[in-house]
Amino acid sequence: MHELPVTESILDIALRHAKQAGATRITDIHLVIGQLSSIVDESVQFYWNFVSKDTMAEGARLHFRRVAARMACLACGAEYQPDGLALACPACQSRRVRVVAGEEFQVEAIEVDFPDGENPEARGGGG
Amino acid sequence: MKDRIQVVEKILSANDRIAEDNRARLDAAGVLALNFMASPGAGKTSLIERTLAALAPTWTIGVVDGDVASSIDADRAAAAGAKAVQINTGGECHLDAVMLQSALDQLRLEELDLLIVENVGNLICPASFALGTHASILIASVPEGDDKPYKYPGMYRGVDALVINKIDLLPYIEFDMERFRAGVEILNPGLVTFPLSCKTGEGLEAWLDWLNSRIEGRPSKG
Repeated sequence: MHELPVTESILDIALRHAKQAGATRITDIHLVIGQLSSIVDESVQFYWNFVSKDTMAEGARLHFRRVAARMACLACGAEYQPDGLALACPACQSRRVRVVAGEEFQVEAIEVDFPDGENPEARGGGG
Repeated sequence: MKDRIQVVEKILSANDRIAEDNRARLDAAGVLALNFMASPGAGKTSLIERTLAALAPTWTIGVVDGDVASSIDADRAAAAGAKAVQINTGGECHLDAVMLQSALDQLRLEELDLLIVENVGNLICPASFALGTHASILIASVPEGDDKPYKYPGMYRGVDALVINKIDLLPYIEFDMERFRAGVEILNPGLVTFPLSCKTGEGLEAWLDWLNSRIEGRPSKG
């Protein structure tokens, strides 16, 4: 059940960046989650509705961009997508491999509203 | 007026910052801290008892025990000669840096040489939360099965040493050591492993030698 502290962290990060920019409402949050990060999207969404209540992020849409796992073979240099339990290099069968993608776990961007008439370009210091 | 703000911040960056603070405190106090992770029943507490029995005469050792409830493990560690602190996570499936921070407040760190942090029994969540410890030790056990590296790659990828406990049961259990080790090797090439039995004591010496040399090489006090 560690989706709860994860969801709270997402809220903290989004609120901090929105306040810094002088925004009044957060409408969308873009997350990048690697396939190797053990997070259940539905569970984060479930907690989100509770933790975001009564904040400027209440009702914001969460967008999950999943990044597939990719591995690189240290023996022959091939890059490949591991297939289930078959982690070894499909080209040369080497087991000396490393993960090049799939461990991402980030808030990538937020979409926010500013007070009417305010031009975010003119404020400076944001984002 | 709408705008998109680039953030690109690790979701657990707040935890990571507190973990860095914990590490700085441990370094300043000259304490080597190890994070023991395993599934429930793998033998974390038994290994801690064995380790204390062998090393407590030489080193001053603290144990921080994370559990959902109860203080059974901290009581066992205290009985075996450690300064023990229990953290009840109140349902959380892992320790995080804030929980360790409050446990550190309850210990006289400058008196310790080694601090063992016994994480909550779980092969998924503890791997995601840095604590600030110097090394992570995974305690696997033979009855869990030889497929565990394949099923819990995140845990096996992130550790610095692997103990394979309960090898006295190998004659009675279907456990293909080759298959197990092949999975470990691909996730964590060159990982140092200690096959041992906390029950019979077989293999403990190599583990204790390794631990002794890590303690000797710890950051110096003050």
